[in-house]
Amino acid sequence: MTTAIKNLPRDEIVMAGNGACGGCPATAALRIVGKAFGPNAICLMTPSCSVASIGLLPKSSFNYPILNICFAAAGSSAAGMEYALESLQKKGRLSGEKPLVFTWIGDGGTYDIGFQALSAAAERNDDFIHICYNNEAYSNTGVQRSGATPRFAATTTTPTGKQVEKKNMPLLMLDHHIPYLATASLANPGDFYDKLIKAKNSKGFRYIEILAPCYTGWKFAAEDMINISRKAVNCGAWLLFEAENGKIEFTNPTRKFVEGAASPESPAEYLSMQGRFSAALKGENRDQVINSMASQIADDLQSLRRYSAN
Amino acid sequence: MKKLFDTGCHVVAQAVKCADVDMVAAYPITPQTSVVEEIAALTESGEMNCRFLPVEGEHSAMAACVAAAAVGARAFTATSSQGLLYMHEVLHMASGCRFPLVMVNVNRAVFAPWTLWADHSDSLSQRDTGWLQLYCCSLQEVFNTILQAYYIAERVRIPVMVNMDGFILSHCRMIVNMPDQEIIDKFLQRQPNGWIANPANPSAYACVTGADLYPGFREELFNDTKNADKIIVEAASVYRDLTGFWDGDLIDTYRCDDADTFIVTIGSMAAEARLSIDLLREQGVKTGLIKIRSFRPFPAAALSAVLPDGARVMVLDRNYGLGTEGGIVFSELKASLFNRAAKIEIANQIMGIGGSDVNYQMMADAVTSAWDIRR
Repeated sequence: MTTAIKNLPRDEIVMAGNGACGGCPATAALRIVGKAFGPNAICLMTPSCSVASIGLLPKSSFNYPILNICFAAAGSSAAGMEYALESLQKKGRLSGEKPLVFTWIGDGGTYDIGFQALSAAAERNDDFIHICYNNEAYSNTGVQRSGATPRFAATTTTPTGKQVEKKNMPLLMLDHHIPYLATASLANPGDFYDKLIKAKNSKGFRYIEILAPCYTGWKFAAEDMINISRKAVNCGAWLLFEAENGKIEFTNPTRKFVEGAASPESPAEYLSMQGRFSAALKGENRDQVINSMASQIADDLQSLRRYSAN
Repeated sequence: MKKLFDTGCHVVAQAVKCADVDMVAAYPITPQTSVVEEIAALTESGEMNCRFLPVEGEHSAMAACVAAAAVGARAFTATSSQGLLYMHEVLHMASGCRFPLVMVNVNRAVFAPWTLWADHSDSLSQRDTGWLQLYCCSLQEVFNTILQAYYIAERVRIPVMVNMDGFILSHCRMIVNMPDQEIIDKFLQRQPNGWIANPANPSAYACVTGADLYPGFREELFNDTKNADKIIVEAASVYRDLTGFWDGDLIDTYRCDDADTFIVTIGSMAAEARLSIDLLREQGVKTGLIKIRSFRPFPAAALSAVLPDGARVMVLDRNYGLGTEGGIVFSELKASLFNRAAKIEIANQIMGIGGSDVNYQMMADAVTSAWDIRR
């Protein structure tokens, strides 16, 4: 059974007075991370919205020890920290239980500039949790395209809409033979929490990615952040699953789509709710764009079926 | 005291082992490669109580060391040339965070064109990263300096780069005397806990700051880097008291007492240059050698104290200071002695670029031809 939102622990890692935009999905997701991981954890962040929202030195609005590290180096920094803690523990120089090391990184630091170091850490099966909050653009610098930006989405560096598809990062990570991987949505916080707990209780390299609909970048009303998250899942633009030792288990509603028990909603409404697609949806190309999105979703589901059969 | 007869790269690994390092992250690059191989072998066999992280590049190597230092571990990496250049932004982070890291850089010329042999363009191009830079001219000095580097770094909380010339030192074998481990442990007692990223005291590090606080951080680093000279001197003196070894502190001198003519150089050239001094002395030129051991901080006062009024100084540079009058050490020395410009004559010869041969005769010739000294 998925943990109900009302049963999540009361602990708050995100404190009042942080610098995030009102309705920021990353900050909402980080709250749930704190509830799952508890106090004995160290968080590594790369320059991003989350670092910017911590507050100005020496203040901090997140109740974790946080080290802001070089942008390209989430994987290697977390690995170095974990190796060091392990070594100090072995030498008897660590007081108390070894803390959990996790990274809290945007799609830039995961899909793009941080990909090399992350891939290497996954290949070595280093013992930490990488969490990607994917807002599908470089939001912190004012919304430029990233490797996670979907096709047709306008950003400041793809003003008329991106021409190419995003990377399939979760499957790329799965191909690193890692022990645990999950995708999550803010529309299902209990499921995100359960996946974080599962990751916390596993060893080795663990990867969790949560879709973070950024209303300033995606251009929708802030109060619709959870609605957009739900729409993304219901139309299949964001697929929910987890994989333990390479074996995929789907989370509903994605499970129903994969099994053919239900069809995803048309992405038309999901796309229309977001200003970033408005240029692509204008005029005679509208149906073509929606169909193209739907057919990409069908392809992604087909890839997942192949993975789950393996 | 144990005797070791091995290559420079293996001597580095032994020094790292003796320093009781907790975590090594490194990526192989010629001519540093066998440092990595030896540390991997020593950790895997259990001979060295340390974890070795085989990263996928040098940027990651330095990033791993930085994060290890954030939990109070003693970390180490070694690199060379392009690897050092690839680390560049993380070098700034390490000094900005005041992490007491130690790195060995096996000096090698830089790309392009591609070459594998020694000069100092790699480390000297990193001179403003806030790392202290020490240069060695023998394998015994390499061993001693790695231990002293931890002593220094952990007291001033500024990272230290130990430099040794590629192949000339990294691949040649020399006898090295290793002090007993108890003596080394006494020398390198752990300093108060540097575990900053600690759940017991959650706080944010290296995060955003404005023009109100940022200048203070930089000013403090500027002052502490300059004042690190005192701890470098202390490290050399405490080490001598405990082990009997002496390689100089900020500088080392040879036959300088009555000299009016001087050779100033860094790295392995400082070993060869002793022969030049002897040769020039035989020819009646009162010559002395100043080896710059600490390039950062630059030992301006120590150098000036050795040089009398009327001194003639030949700076031998194994690098080009592109867009300047000569080599980088030459420019630094000139700037530091500017107030005595009327009383000291400074000349420069660039040699040994990309591993090209340097011998004592060439260095002596540089002196005699600069001042038209007849043989």
